Amino acid sequence: MRLRLNRLTWPYLAWMLLFTLVPLLLVAFYAFTAYDESGKLFFTLQGFRNVISMKDTVALSAFGLKQLFSLDLQVPIYVNVLAKSLEIALLSTLICLLLGYPAAYILAEHSRRNRNGNNLLLMLFVIPMWMNALLRTYAWLALLEPRGIINNFLGQLGLGPVQFLYNDFGIGLGMVYNYLPFMILPIHSILVKISPSLIEASEDLGANRMQTFSRVTMPLSLPGVMSGVNMVFMPAMTTFLIPDLLGGGRYLLIGNAIERQYMVSRDMTTGSALSIILLVFVLASMKFLTRYEKENNEGGMLL
Amino acid sequence: MIRKWLKNGYMTLIFLFLYAPVAVLIIFSFNASKSRSVWGGFTLDWYRKLLENDEILSALRVTLIVALASALIATFVATITCIGLDAMRRRPRTVIMNISYIPIINPDLVTGISLMLLFFFIRMKTGFATLLLAHIAFNIPYAILSIAPKLRQLDRNIFEAALDLGCRPAQAIRKVILPEIRPGIVTALILTFTLSIDDFVISYFTAGSQISTLAITIYSMARKSVNPQINALSTLLFVSVLTLLLIINARSSREAGNAKKTARKTNA
Repeated sequence: MRLRLNRLTWPYLAWMLLFTLVPLLLVAFYAFTAYDESGKLFFTLQGFRNVISMKDTVALSAFGLKQLFSLDLQVPIYVNVLAKSLEIALLSTLICLLLGYPAAYILAEHSRRNRNGNNLLLMLFVIPMWMNALLRTYAWLALLEPRGIINNFLGQLGLGPVQFLYNDFGIGLGMVYNYLPFMILPIHSILVKISPSLIEASEDLGANRMQTFSRVTMPLSLPGVMSGVNMVFMPAMTTFLIPDLLGGGRYLLIGNAIERQYMVSRDMTTGSALSIILLVFVLASMKFLTRYEKENNEGGMLL
Repeated sequence: MIRKWLKNGYMTLIFLFLYAPVAVLIIFSFNASKSRSVWGGFTLDWYRKLLENDEILSALRVTLIVALASALIATFVATITCIGLDAMRRRPRTVIMNISYIPIINPDLVTGISLMLLFFFIRMKTGFATLLLAHIAFNIPYAILSIAPKLRQLDRNIFEAALDLGCRPAQAIRKVILPEIRPGIVTALILTFTLSIDDFVISYFTAGSQISTLAITIYSMARKSVNPQINALSTLLFVSVLTLLLIINARSSREAGNAKKTARKTNA
């Protein structure tokens, strides 16, 4: 009887094959092929060549990347874009960690005290995680605009309008805002699991607060940190909404570079080549980070 | 004392950071002036205009139909799959569960692009059908993750007991297993419905240029100009998603509560 019930999974397996595995393979397939005039597919490395060459036809000169690499203009544009994306994603992840760890720590103390009650405070951190990134990002536009709310406020204090948008600051802020809860929740969920008796033991053995934290709590919370870093770095590296909306079309990161290749230039080959490179980055970082992550993947999957 | 004060202050700042932008977004949906940043009095005009905007009404229709259809189909497939999975040996089950995680772990951007390439490859014109298929595709794993734990809690013997008592397998599933896992199925329905309404990235790549969901409409409006209708629409979307999530959460905590109660009873 058991064997008969097994068959109920077959439609799903067929579905997963068609809608998950085949599409992923197609990305790799299109990275190496293109259509000729008669609509026939042929093998090409042009996509990857475009990625590493300067001669791309996308209007990139206006993105202001040159001033960053003014010493060596021969550096290929997409290598710049990738480096820039990595830099911003890493920086945002670091800021999320610095802001999020204390918050997770305080939240964990709170959760431990209210173990049985419903945890409203935790709930308040989860809600933004479930909000649409589009809406959250759009919300910042009104605040950061040249004549936006923050600049109005600064103006009343007699401070000149500050350009928040269309630069590293705006993009980074958008990322930290969007992904901070993804850092806080996994760290929180591992901090609450640390047994209070370990802390007491450390204090009994003569460690002060700082020592207890640096030698006991912090090392034990590392798996949570790793999974938080993973959950922030991945979307930060792949987002196209944030650079697109907060960059006002003048700012190129790997995410919106890929989106443009498909939706604006209609160049599937280059788009797929870029996607493959992005996937390699993302998978490599995931592999690196999940080595430290043991059985800690309930870091806020659901409410 | 100072420690506590510092902690509370820090948490307040983090909350302000997380909620202020959304609060501003919502407040300015009631703003009588057209500006995104200068308050000009209270009005409901932008909401009224939404109701007269054909583009938005048709996007709303698409969003709701896709969300409902994809939730129903995804939950149906997931239910069948979970029953099958539960009858499997441990190893193949783990393999399948791991495959189910691929779409969840995969960045939305890559999921969207890969599905777009699939539809292109099989020469399927992007539109309502491709949008629906894409939503079913990203919803199924979440439905499975909501239903699978319920089956694992289920006593494996009751299915066989039903067969021993003369049920055909289909009857046993319908009369014994389905009622037992109903809470998981309902949660899966609400969750997939919510995810579908909330999705932007995957819809953006798979909807094509002919039809549009609410999220896509907000995106294209946001890129064009300042328009408080976006705020009004965003507020509605935000409030509806939030309500659904609160329902899911209330359901799961109630279940946890029930489980605790039963455990206590059995202990006593």
